[in-house]
Amino acid sequence: MSGDVVDQIFIRAKQWLLSWLAGAPDWIIQITSSLLNIFALLGVFLTLFALISVLERKILGRMQNRYGPNRVGPFGLFQPIADGIKMLIKEDIVPARADKIVHFLAPILIAATAILALGVIPYGRNMTPFAIDGGILFFFAVGSTTELAVFMAGWGSNNKFSMLGAMRAIAQMVSYELPLIITTLPVVMVAGALSPDVIVTAQAGYSFGFVPHWFVTTPWGAAAFVLFFVSGLVESNRTPFDVPEGESEIVAGHMTEYSGFKYATFFMAEYIGMFAISGLAVTLFLGGWHAPVRVLQFIPSYIWFFAKLSALLFVYIWLRGTLPRTRIDHIMNFAWKFMLPMAFTCIFAAAVWHYMGRGLAGWLCSLAVIGIVYIALSILLDTRKRFATRTYRFAE
Amino acid sequence: MPPFLFWIFALLMLVFGAAVVINRNPIASALNLVVSFLGLAALFMSLDAFFVGIIQVLIYAGAIMVLFLFIIMLLDLRAEKLRKINWLASAGGIAVALVLLTQILYVIGNLKAAQQTFPPLARSTIDDVRNVGLVLFGNYNLPFQIIGILVLVATIGIVLLSRHELR
Amino acid sequence: MLREYLPVLLQIIVAIGFAASVLLVSVLAGKTGTRSALKDSPYECGMVPQGAGQPRFSVKFYLVAMLFILFDLEIVFMYPWAVVYKEAVAQSSSIFWSMLSFITILMVGYVYALKKGVLDFKK
Repeated sequence: MSGDVVDQIFIRAKQWLLSWLAGAPDWIIQITSSLLNIFALLGVFLTLFALISVLERKILGRMQNRYGPNRVGPFGLFQPIADGIKMLIKEDIVPARADKIVHFLAPILIAATAILALGVIPYGRNMTPFAIDGGILFFFAVGSTTELAVFMAGWGSNNKFSMLGAMRAIAQMVSYELPLIITTLPVVMVAGALSPDVIVTAQAGYSFGFVPHWFVTTPWGAAAFVLFFVSGLVESNRTPFDVPEGESEIVAGHMTEYSGFKYATFFMAEYIGMFAISGLAVTLFLGGWHAPVRVLQFIPSYIWFFAKLSALLFVYIWLRGTLPRTRIDHIMNFAWKFMLPMAFTCIFAAAVWHYMGRGLAGWLCSLAVIGIVYIALSILLDTRKRFATRTYRFAE
Repeated sequence: MPPFLFWIFALLMLVFGAAVVINRNPIASALNLVVSFLGLAALFMSLDAFFVGIIQVLIYAGAIMVLFLFIIMLLDLRAEKLRKINWLASAGGIAVALVLLTQILYVIGNLKAAQQTFPPLARSTIDDVRNVGLVLFGNYNLPFQIIGILVLVATIGIVLLSRHELR
Repeated sequence: MLREYLPVLLQIIVAIGFAASVLLVSVLAGKTGTRSALKDSPYECGMVPQGAGQPRFSVKFYLVAMLFILFDLEIVFMYPWAVVYKEAVAQSSSIFWSMLSFITILMVGYVYALKKGVLDFKK
């Protein structure tokens, strides 16, 4: 089948490269195989990072009625290279009172954890860099060390703004880590495994040939996806939740004392973390590398994965162009009073859905469960009376 | 797992564990403790206990260290830095530790079980998260509910203890 | 065992190596300017830095961390539950009720904390 060849082309290429080593001891082949995976992963995502950094500026520019970068290379596409060289030759300033070691280690740790988290996501059929049984748990365990890196950056700089930014960042990251982890539980429950590969396989198939069996098409899946996406926004410190870096309040938060390439490393880690969270969202809720419609299955699996990933990344950029920054107390209240109960409700709704035989009855019942809790929460948390009615004033 | 990896992780744990005690700065100690935890997690994983290893990172290195660091940030750090080392007390502590170490080595040396090689771990056919789940929700339902009550009591305790701070 | 985790170990080494080498290159290639006491001082928007570098923080942060640990513990129990749910519920629904009662017990604590205003974050 010709479609199969294109779909598995990277695996074939890897096997061809490994065939040069035929006859070498087993461990050499293993190490080479994983190194090939890792460098392919790094190459793809660093390119994606460069591409997204310029596309984000261009899209934001269009949203704000300007051009965005358009000077370096065709359509400004070489901008990231220029930026990279600029960052590389900048002076690296370390404040005198900073803890030099911790100050240096923080960007390394934050970049390393972001890169490590990318490893468990299936990018296509048979294309998971490391297929470990507890992939989802591994992802969150790695992700939870990001908070330590942020703390190290804040504390190592010995600056009030850095420390305050770090404390805020950690407080909001731990608050949203709970809904982030809890919303993956219904998916784990329904798929019956922690391995991302099994979860993607569980989303194969179509009803009537055009409704994919992605978890986002069920009520609990849709609710969990939205909660997961919002938590992902906070975890990657993106607008509207970029309080830790709110430059009008606390300069650049935990990155205040970083300059040159160390700052760029933080920037890169933020973007790679964003790719990782979006990739996990695609894997868990949007069917991973499965095609949305049966007739489009001839398109290779990895193209579908990256198409869905790009769609989510576009939403990230779109939100940044649209929403203003949220206040820190609003962010925290939202996490503990709305996101957490809703996340638990998703588990309950998924349990009901499974219990009712996964059919239409289960679909309606889980919708009812989520609807009731949502309405109850919006009545209990009525925020309308706390705000004065908005008055619009225009420049004459 | 090749023995050299065991030695690397065990050494990592011990060296950074010692650094936790030696460091004067509480935050540096806490950060060293994280590395020690990571070494421990790697050791758990080498014993096929994936779940315990991951929990070690997720709960200890992730959540509990954040709590430690936040508590340290509540305190005044300068007092700790200015504190003088009592050399006599330190020497006494080291002596006690050495006595304990020789005692343990002596006991292990005389123990029959310690001289045999350990039987290899039985490879389970299903992964350990599933195993934990089946056992926890099959045989230990009541203890599980009691854990729930324990966490509830802890929640109430936190709220009560910090009540006057919130005003 | 090693077959599964060797890629993870290698990825850790490569990731740290990559980040460290990039930083080292930037330190070597970067411009070295003249240093002065003012340049080395912490950045406080151009003002002369005041007070200690690390202020003490509100007890609120500690409460958030503490509640986070409690809920994290809960999640630790919920992962094995979620993994076995599908097969266990086919035999008896006790696993469903067991988790429901566990969450209900915890929700009592959550509602208590909510009522006491621990989760009210005000500026």
